[in-house]
Amino acid sequence: MTTSDAHRAIEAVWRIESAKVIAALTRMTGDVGMAEDLAQDALVAALERWPESGVPDNPGAWLTTTAKHRAIDTFRRSKLLDRKHEEVGRELDDRQQRSEHDLDAALDDPVGDDRLGLIFTTCHPVLSPEARVALTLRLLGGLTTDEIARAFLVPEATIAQRIVRAKRTLREARVPFAVPRGAELAARFASVLEVVYLVFNEGYSATAGDDWVRPALCDDALRLGRILVELVPSPGDPEVHGLVALMEIQASRLKARVGPGGEPILLLDQDRGRWDQLLVRRGLAALERAEQLAGALGPYALQGAIAACHARAHTAEETDWTRITALYDALAQLTQSPVVELNRAVAYSMAFGPAAGLEIANPLLSEPSLKSYHLLPSVRADFLAKLGRFAEAREELERAASLTRNTRERALLLERAKHLTPFKE
Amino acid sequence: MRFMIIVKATQDSETKFVPSDPKWEPIFAEMAKYHEELQRAGALLDYAGLQPSAKGWRIKYSGGKRTVIDGPFTEAKELVAGYTLIQVKSREEALEWTRRFPNPGLTDGEVEVRQLYELEDLS
Repeated sequence: MTTSDAHRAIEAVWRIESAKVIAALTRMTGDVGMAEDLAQDALVAALERWPESGVPDNPGAWLTTTAKHRAIDTFRRSKLLDRKHEEVGRELDDRQQRSEHDLDAALDDPVGDDRLGLIFTTCHPVLSPEARVALTLRLLGGLTTDEIARAFLVPEATIAQRIVRAKRTLREARVPFAVPRGAELAARFASVLEVVYLVFNEGYSATAGDDWVRPALCDDALRLGRILVELVPSPGDPEVHGLVALMEIQASRLKARVGPGGEPILLLDQDRGRWDQLLVRRGLAALERAEQLAGALGPYALQGAIAACHARAHTAEETDWTRITALYDALAQLTQSPVVELNRAVAYSMAFGPAAGLEIANPLLSEPSLKSYHLLPSVRADFLAKLGRFAEAREELERAASLTRNTRERALLLERAKHLTPFKE
Repeated sequence: MRFMIIVKATQDSETKFVPSDPKWEPIFAEMAKYHEELQRAGALLDYAGLQPSAKGWRIKYSGGKRTVIDGPFTEAKELVAGYTLIQVKSREEALEWTRRFPNPGLTDGEVEVRQLYELEDLS
């Protein structure tokens, strides 16, 4: 194996193991920044030794043990006798004694999984949503700063700074490394799910730039969601299954969402033969788990159930729109979200006609949060056109086009506006 | 990227495979542990063991004719005993995961790994 082959192999090991290593070190040191540095040191050591000695049988344990030794060295050398040192020092001394006895045994020790504690830290509410996303993708997703920057179309330096500031914020707020308990757990867990879905959504319908979808981001979010399902202790939270169901089914459509020229294809126009049935099956299974666990379905499970309705329809015409309206009724009650209300309007129009849809959509015109939301005029345009009110429809489409930042979506909207009226003005 | 890990059959898996036989226990345990690791990494898509070829059949195509041939089939190492589907970000990651796949055989064994075509590869 050449050195560069060996390095690529070690980078692959890093992708697989880094989150667990960083999590273990965060538990040990109480600081994510320090944990990441120590884990990186272990990676450097691996890059130096493994090309020669080969990748160990349990690389995760090797990396963790190496990083822990570095932690001990660092604390010993540190002249700062702060409270952390005293607290941790005792714990470290015990470990130091044990690992000095038998390094091989330490390497064979099963490495615990502290990733749940880590993700609660990276998604802590003291951080801004963008900071939570960047830090989670970096420490749990194993993405490089550059990859995160390219995914969100911001300069690499911006993400780098965002991550540095996030670590500092956590340190200064003395955020403890722990899985929340009791009343706090539900809210904190909702924040974790929110971050994962934020990432997924950015890949599923990119809010800016030229690409309509960024499948790699969806894969990253899906992977995080699947990991969460495993990490959450039994019986589990039905919403994590609901979120995974939603993502699996939406991801199943990724190949059908983009046309040959990169243009977006709406759900009802998609070639369903291009829907990935393996992902559909996984999504339906996840939804079933959510339904078995819960009494009433939560918001993610409801959205998953809606996605499942589409997935089960072999053609657009076979879609059970009535069931979808019922699911949206439940979702709207739970979330009080104007965007959900707009989707409810679409469902109603499909089930009961465009006038029914318009009736639900019109009050949203005075909704302040939707003032710049391009889908509101776009949806109203659809209803108006079906009611034969073409001039109003075209106005709405042009308004929608002016509001979207996504270049491909803008082109699609203007195209629809062009084909609306048969007569040129 | 998706990869299929194809577990090759052995003489033992073809003829001596009785699931309740205790000598298969350590392998089952290793396999379960490995697949749980894959699942905890969010990389596992699907997996299954296939029943021996004695219970299966082949369909041969020749000159427009189709013939059904009942198993068992003798070339054990050409037969498939099981598969695991994984989702990874790179070929190197697939290599690392498959490097850890437990030996599926009582003595010798083999797995073969192939990448799945994605839709864009085919269109």
